[in-house]
Amino acid sequence: MTAKWGLRGLAFGYLGLLLLAPVGMIFYKTFEHGLGPPIEAMTSPDAVHAIWLTLLMVAVAVPLNTVFGVGCALLLVRHRWKGNALIDGIINLPFAVSPVVIGLSLFLLYGNDGWFGPTLSEWGIQVLFSTPGMILASVFVSLPFVVRETVPVLQEIGTEQEQAASTLGANGWQTFWRVTLPAIRWGVAYGVVLTTARVLGEFGAVTIVSGSISGETETLPLFVAKSFEQFNEEAAYAGAIVLALLALTTLLLMSIGGRRAKAGASGPIPIAGDTALSTPTTKEGS
Amino acid sequence: MAIAVEGAYKRFDDFQALDDVSIDVPAGSLTALLGPSGSGKSTLLRAIAGLEELDRGRVVINEEDATAKPAQKREVGFVFQHYAAFKHMTVFGNVAFGLKIRKWSKPQISNRVHELLRLVQLDGLAERYPDQLSGGQRQRMALARALAVEPQVLLLDEPFGALDAKVRKDLRSWLRRLHDETGVTTIFVTHDQEEAMDVAEQLVVMNEGRVEQSGSADDLYDHPANEFVMSFVGEVNRLGEHFVRPHDIEVAIDRDDGSEEAMVKRIAALGFEIRVELLLGDGTEVWAQLTRGELQKLELLEGQIVYLKPGQTKSFSGDPSSDGRGASTPPGADGGGDAEVSAAA
Repeated sequence: MTAKWGLRGLAFGYLGLLLLAPVGMIFYKTFEHGLGPPIEAMTSPDAVHAIWLTLLMVAVAVPLNTVFGVGCALLLVRHRWKGNALIDGIINLPFAVSPVVIGLSLFLLYGNDGWFGPTLSEWGIQVLFSTPGMILASVFVSLPFVVRETVPVLQEIGTEQEQAASTLGANGWQTFWRVTLPAIRWGVAYGVVLTTARVLGEFGAVTIVSGSISGETETLPLFVAKSFEQFNEEAAYAGAIVLALLALTTLLLMSIGGRRAKAGASGPIPIAGDTALSTPTTKEGS
Repeated sequence: MAIAVEGAYKRFDDFQALDDVSIDVPAGSLTALLGPSGSGKSTLLRAIAGLEELDRGRVVINEEDATAKPAQKREVGFVFQHYAAFKHMTVFGNVAFGLKIRKWSKPQISNRVHELLRLVQLDGLAERYPDQLSGGQRQRMALARALAVEPQVLLLDEPFGALDAKVRKDLRSWLRRLHDETGVTTIFVTHDQEEAMDVAEQLVVMNEGRVEQSGSADDLYDHPANEFVMSFVGEVNRLGEHFVRPHDIEVAIDRDDGSEEAMVKRIAALGFEIRVELLLGDGTEVWAQLTRGELQKLELLEGQIVYLKPGQTKSFSGDPSSDGRGASTPPGADGGGDAEVSAAA
């Protein structure tokens, strides 16, 4: 009994000291002088642009990595093949390599002396120090999450439900939307949350490829860092709070959506163009 | 709709699941694929459904070659041992699945689903989720789901394997009645010979990827093609080269011509049936099946010396363990094969 409470105390103490205290400190510092200063700091043109750019990163990188992640997980789990181990290893690369190194490698690849840089700039596409490069970096660093979260769930649900769907006449696409995806939705959702959080907070890789130009290529984490370096502590704290709120919103949206799906109120995820239920047709034969 | 499988081979890595299997299932029949685990019976069923691709051989459904058809186009109903319920859908959603895929209208789906739920006695549970159902209810839901699309054939893979004994017996007779009502050609896989003999009109006994024998329950019991079938379909004692069913051993207190001396080792009363374990002079152990009445008449005691007279014995020519080949006789034919029936002198 006492041992259990001792362990709990230790866990709370550890989390409190390492996580809660610093985050709490930022909240305290931000709102030390009321709501006015942080709001003012966050409505400056540079801050607004940084928020917008961060949301753009999320809007591009998260859907891309979700579609890729689910597809890749299906490939890894449902289609046994010798090359799978290699693919599996490559997917882990962003976990293994420091974001700064990722930024550096993108810099080398797309820079003026890189493999792709000269060709792309001939076509008028500027990758480095602009949005495409930052999106590339964001996609790179957040790539593994959906795959990693989806693979175990896919393994756990097995193939019988999918086989049952096929004997009932469903083609691969229908089976995926109506059976596989609803069954793995929790894993995917968790992967999406982690991906979003990663993209929101990405610093190292984006710093290098963006050049961190205020009002142009500065995302919110870069804005926070720069404000801090320039002793603009109010803006730095306020930016940190906005980042935290964005992450929190993602989590809330996911759990609300998940709860509704679990209660069965919304049924299977609705599919655009799926008219199976809305188009009255006559039963063939019989 | 009749089903035929011709010369089917299937190999998984280093395991030969099907080794030249041919079967013939008449339209409207209820057939059991019976065999121990690893005998290839489930693989054969899955191959008929299109869930497993054959290395060689053909699957013919209703005189049409279905070998190259994907599962979704074969119009078979398949029921899995572990139900394969769509967990995120209600009972209604599960049963309606195939109809939604076929783009039936909402009222038609509703009518058909409720009709089926009445048939499988789940009406009133339509809005439940599978995890709110018992195992037996889930399996009946799976059956309704498979029947909803009016399949040409119904395939059941150890449908009652995961259920407890009582529910199993209920579902057995219920499946029998369901088949009589719907008349759908049905094949079910089981390792339980009693279940197979109880439910099916025709049995196909499989072992090590081959068909050992097929025929009616009586055919297999009375004219087993080999030792494997004889011992798998019912109990058997081995007396030298001869095999005898425990209920064909006559136990007497007095010596008679041609009877053999034995000692009663143990008497186990299993309700109406009494199992008498006996030790022969040469050290062979056999057992005889008596009724309660017979035991009382004989007044047997453990340790007593009795005299046995095997009634009908069978012997199989050649090495009994290797003569399974060529036993894929068409159903209905006398499966006696190379079995020789003789009465002990």
